[in-house]
Amino acid sequence: MKKLINDPNDVVTESLRGMEAAHPDLITVHYDPHYIARADAPTQGKVALVSGGGSGHEPMHGGFVGKGMLDAACPGQVFTSPTPDQMEAATKAVNGGAGVIHIVKNYTGDVMNFEMAADLCRAEGIDVESVLVDDDVAVQDSLYTAGRRGVGTTVLMEKIAGAAAEDGRELKQVADICRKVNEWGRSMGMALTSCTVPAAGKPTFELGDDEMEIGIGIHGEPGRERMKVKPASEIVEMMASAVVDDIPYNAGDKVLAFVNGMGGTPLIELYLVFEELQKFLGGRGIEVTRNLIGSYITSLEMQGCSITLLKLDDELTQLWDAPVHTPALRRGV
Amino acid sequence: MSVSYDDATELVRAYAGVIAEHKDLLTELDSAIGDADHGINMHRGMQAAVAVIDEQGAGGGTPDIGAMFKAIGMKLVSTVGGAGGPLYGTLFLQLGVKSAGKAELEPGDWAEMLAAAVDGVVARGKAELEDKTMIDALAPARDALKAAVDDGASFGDALRRSADAAEAGMKATIPLVARKGRASYLGERSAGHQDPGATSSYLFLKTVADTWGDGTER
Repeated sequence: MKKLINDPNDVVTESLRGMEAAHPDLITVHYDPHYIARADAPTQGKVALVSGGGSGHEPMHGGFVGKGMLDAACPGQVFTSPTPDQMEAATKAVNGGAGVIHIVKNYTGDVMNFEMAADLCRAEGIDVESVLVDDDVAVQDSLYTAGRRGVGTTVLMEKIAGAAAEDGRELKQVADICRKVNEWGRSMGMALTSCTVPAAGKPTFELGDDEMEIGIGIHGEPGRERMKVKPASEIVEMMASAVVDDIPYNAGDKVLAFVNGMGGTPLIELYLVFEELQKFLGGRGIEVTRNLIGSYITSLEMQGCSITLLKLDDELTQLWDAPVHTPALRRGV
Repeated sequence: MSVSYDDATELVRAYAGVIAEHKDLLTELDSAIGDADHGINMHRGMQAAVAVIDEQGAGGGTPDIGAMFKAIGMKLVSTVGGAGGPLYGTLFLQLGVKSAGKAELEPGDWAEMLAAAVDGVVARGKAELEDKTMIDALAPARDALKAAVDDGASFGDALRRSADAAEAGMKATIPLVARKGRASYLGERSAGHQDPGATSSYLFLKTVADTWGDGTER
């Protein structure tokens, strides 16, 4: 294992200290238990947004704390859900009296820990609404699984719901916007290489030099299929058709296209993927009216990408365009 | 024929030791069908649990097995993370709820505690038998323990039968297709692998039998 670390056990805490040092104008970092909050929290009368999840997906979620996005984020150990005490402390710290939304990615551990935290917060009289993100078309949604995984749509939900909260909308309205984003967003990912959890010290899975995994999860969970690497155009077509056929998105639809790097893929490749995606969607009569390109929900140093499409109407477009000022996403300020 | 407060804390220490010993195995099982963190997380949690006992021991006072197990449960919830945190946290919390105020446990007490703990894990995780989870080891262990206690078996024998049932349940997870947890995303590809949660649960019941049962005059 080669990583820029000191001790595998200290990676999360030491990285948080770096964030704290880099962005004192935007965030405060708390260590017992771990959570990141907006520097000006709580905002009285505003619905607060709290998210969280395992570390190793940076900049998600801590990098999205700030004006127009999250009020707090709870980082767990690498690829491990945070714990209820973190979520409870974060919820209390940012509650401005208008209620708190927990944005939860659909993983068994995250769901259970957030449920316990929501129980604890409600017992103390805080109005908590939980919304689930489950947008990954690579896994089947059925009664016989834990359901789809939450991936790329999470980033878009945090931005759009953050704008709605900033706009002064009420708890139920913000929660409804979250659910609409989840309903209209779909994703699929792929990996060219594995990733190494610092505490594990070796790659999570083995992938041959000429192989790729289609449908990979953001924790290196195996996906739909392993196959020989193909040209980007074919890879994009495979992923994009799985996404488009899922809702489905129809000719005439306007979408936000989000091409996300998994951590080890350079921007030169992500732009190439975006061009292929735009061509593919154009062929289906789907118009890309907004885009986001870069590494925003990563899987440590994994090479690969994910594609997320979000159907847009005027409301979502306006909220997407609203100003945001966080460590990882800054626009219009 | 009873378990003292010191026996109960000894169980926690012994389980922490067993988890440390099997940390790599649990993580290896988890990397096949999950996210490769079960051994690491359980080890972190059980080390923290041992620290809780060390602090309580120094504090002295009236020995209360229930309070001890509850404190362990809370510590696991806040240190393990993942799904294991709420599930093992709930398991120990419920062991504590059922033994509140007790300084000694009879075999029947343990059977009731384990039943409550399994109910708690089911309520939190919403898994059923053959979903390829902890429940596949815990539920048969609970049933075998109750049957053995009802039969009037010696405590050591009852604990051994409970551990054996857990082991059989754990092994029976190998061909199963997972329906809960991260392994369920693999569908058919989850078959052929032993479930890591069922494995750590079997190790718990084996540790109970080894610590409170065999070789000890009770």
